[in-house]
Amino acid sequence: MNSFEHVRPRTVAEAIAAAALPGSAYLAAGTNLLDLMKIGIARPARLVDLNYLAGLDTIEHSPDGGVRIGARVRNAELAHDPEFRRRFPAVAEALLAGASAQLRNVATVGGNLLQRTRCAFFQDQASACNRRAPGSGCDARGGENRLHAVLGWSEDCIATHPSDFCVPLAALDAVVEIEGPAGPREVALQDFHLLPGTTPERETVLAPGELVVALRLPAAAAGFAAHARYVKLRERTSYAFAVVSAAAALRMEGGRIAEARLAFGGVAAKPWRARPAEAALAGAAPEAGAFRQAAEIALADARPSGENGFKIALAQRIAVRALRLAAIGTPARLPALPASPFAPVAGGLHG
Amino acid sequence: MSLSVTLTINRVARRIELDDPRVTLLDLLRERLQLTGTKKGCDRGQCGACTILLDGRRVNACLALAVSHDGAEILTIEGLAEGGTLHPVQAAFIAHDAFQCGFCTPGQIMSAIGLIGEGEAGDDPERVREGMSGNLCRCGAYRGITEAVVEATRAMAGATQGEAA
Repeated sequence: MNSFEHVRPRTVAEAIAAAALPGSAYLAAGTNLLDLMKIGIARPARLVDLNYLAGLDTIEHSPDGGVRIGARVRNAELAHDPEFRRRFPAVAEALLAGASAQLRNVATVGGNLLQRTRCAFFQDQASACNRRAPGSGCDARGGENRLHAVLGWSEDCIATHPSDFCVPLAALDAVVEIEGPAGPREVALQDFHLLPGTTPERETVLAPGELVVALRLPAAAAGFAAHARYVKLRERTSYAFAVVSAAAALRMEGGRIAEARLAFGGVAAKPWRARPAEAALAGAAPEAGAFRQAAEIALADARPSGENGFKIALAQRIAVRALRLAAIGTPARLPALPASPFAPVAGGLHG
Repeated sequence: MSLSVTLTINRVARRIELDDPRVTLLDLLRERLQLTGTKKGCDRGQCGACTILLDGRRVNACLALAVSHDGAEILTIEGLAEGGTLHPVQAAFIAHDAFQCGFCTPGQIMSAIGLIGEGEAGDDPERVREGMSGNLCRCGAYRGITEAVVEATRAMAGATQGEAA
């Protein structure tokens, strides 16, 4: 790990002023940043430590059903907040499907949005990576790439965004509150992460020195609480990143789908909202045929970026599973294995 | 730039001068305070061998900078037994043969105490396995670990009820 200057701002204004110096990075829990510093991928000259800030650490529920979550709220704290879990169960399920309990106890809401890809070539300094070293090439193309992107990738980069949390957030129209040298602004979570194009080193819309201060979910998002699930397929049962995942949320009226939300994880460099599939589900009966059709629409533009064509069919099946589980209804208690396709379900969904 | 921190470690307050901001809580415990019960496995937040309780929550000590935690309370494996009496989780690990080589054991025990405190898993073995998935055991003692955590959960719940009554 390179050495660095360590500063402890007490307010957001002090933090932003401290981070104005080139080479600065914000440090929250550090579960991703310190990891990357240990392997020399991140080398900040100055760490602006957010652990001594006053504020940004509360969950504020609005009477109308929305919520504002401070960027320093811990993943576990949010997932275990009873009111949050009741209103946004798919988000809680996604949080509990990510990382380990130790990491969830410290990892923050803001940091989750900003975590870097787990592409092995990004993490290996001996490999070419346009995301880490622009113009150096992409060793994932033609390399070990079975877990890489099938949507929104470019010739320059085929990495995926690793977050579970961001997938239902994208489906539920979350908004990111940002403060920075040029003042406050807000961005829809769907527009927060960038597809690689020819500039994969630009991962989000954040300008240098900008700080995520909060995340909001609108009241309308709580309208899906009765039919909202997250399903995540991993290469082992727990404590692994998604091969593919899907968040599905339905608002039912009179036995039909009044409104549907569907988003995918593990398929692209950003959480992937499937709006055309949502439109196809509106007004439909919650039946297998409609779910299969929606899943096909959602993956219509997908193409393999390497040895990963299987992920397209897998994403379709995970979407169908998530939609079927959402239609059955949000369980009163989260399953023992949150988001797992191996969790037993009444009605014999396996098969 | 002041790099001194005050930490309460196993119920003893200590003022610690750091000469480098890169020191993790894990390296501080092991290399500077000779509390070597907390183990360094992967040093990357993947194996759980370095699990400690930080302000009552289980965390990976390898991914926490000491300079970020001025004023924190830390509990390590060395702080569990009081007056020669083992903590119920320690006793359950022995009773259920929940280790072979022992390297992951301090992290497993601290993680189990954190899990029991969180109160989400109860004595359901499936929830215990899921809740302990951040702690790897290369000897494969998982069956004994699960049994030990389930028994300790029951024992500690019984003790709490006994105190209340």
